[in-house]
Amino acid sequence: MAVTHKLIQTITVGSGGSASIDFTSIPQTYTDLLVLYSARSARAAVGDDVYIRFNGLSTNLSSRTLYGTGSATASYSDASVAYIGYAVGDTSTASVFSNGNIYIPNYVGSTNKSVSGDVVSENNATGATQQFAAGLWSSTAAITQLTIYCLNGNFKQYSSASLYGIKNS
Amino acid sequence: MPATYEPIATTTLGSTQNQVDFNTISSAYTDLVLVFNGGVTSTADIWLRMNSDTGSNYSRTRLTGDGSTAASTRNSAASSIFVSVGTVGTNANMIIHVFNYANATTYKTTLTRFNSSAYTAASTGIWRSTSAITSLTLKAEAADTFTSGSTFTLYGIKAA
Repeated sequence: MAVTHKLIQTITVGSGGSASIDFTSIPQTYTDLLVLYSARSARAAVGDDVYIRFNGLSTNLSSRTLYGTGSATASYSDASVAYIGYAVGDTSTASVFSNGNIYIPNYVGSTNKSVSGDVVSENNATGATQQFAAGLWSSTAAITQLTIYCLNGNFKQYSSASLYGIKNS
Repeated sequence: MPATYEPIATTTLGSTQNQVDFNTISSAYTDLVLVFNGGVTSTADIWLRMNSDTGSNYSRTRLTGDGSTAASTRNSAASSIFVSVGTVGTNANMIIHVFNYANATTYKTTLTRFNSSAYTAASTGIWRSTSAITSLTLKAEAADTFTSGSTFTLYGIKAA
């Protein structure tokens, strides 16, 4: 029986935090990629945006986002970056981390890379949110490197991300 | 460690095609996951059908965001579950979960995440049939077609 989800790497942020979480030298032997992450930002606010980039490049990225806070819904777009998630900020309830997943189908294919992102941040207070994102990297290059980072702050200690490879056969 | 997530079948289109069928689906799993990556010509929706049922036995409620507006809509007594939103374009992906598909007692429910360069959406669907699901069809609306190179993969998930 095939094992379709294989853990490639887990990265846990150490003391002092980290500006990004990087997966490099991603094997080209899978069909899709899945990132599961738990994140908290050092930003002095209730939350921070999480972006994604590929192969170290910050160009040809865009996204559409839908979110709800429990009392309001909204949608926004980015034409130059790929918003893909959210991390609670440093003023949020202590010990709370956002949890999300990022799905990247056909990451070694010769088509543009379409990305799906889901994230939840429940903190028993205002600022809790659920968000969905569609990201696009308009590049036909195979993805060999994947980076997630917060817009305004470093990832705090104990933030973590695991990269899985998924095979369709 | 048991393998709980197993590929059942995968299709990569070598040319445009109106629909893709997964037939004779084993009942050995607990849930199904269908992953789509690709596009649709024209502005067609993507329809999901079970067991080739074209009756008015489907409904769907969804949340959508187009970058400026958040909205929720629903369809009932439809002839399929509309799993896409707006113009699909050429850079879409979609992950459809079909729960407890093999039971012969309850109606069948789905959860879908759809993403394109124009929309992101989450939706729930129901097929009002107690029949076990033995086939799934993804179909481009009317006579429109999926683009060449589009990929479709069906996975089975086991609870144990």
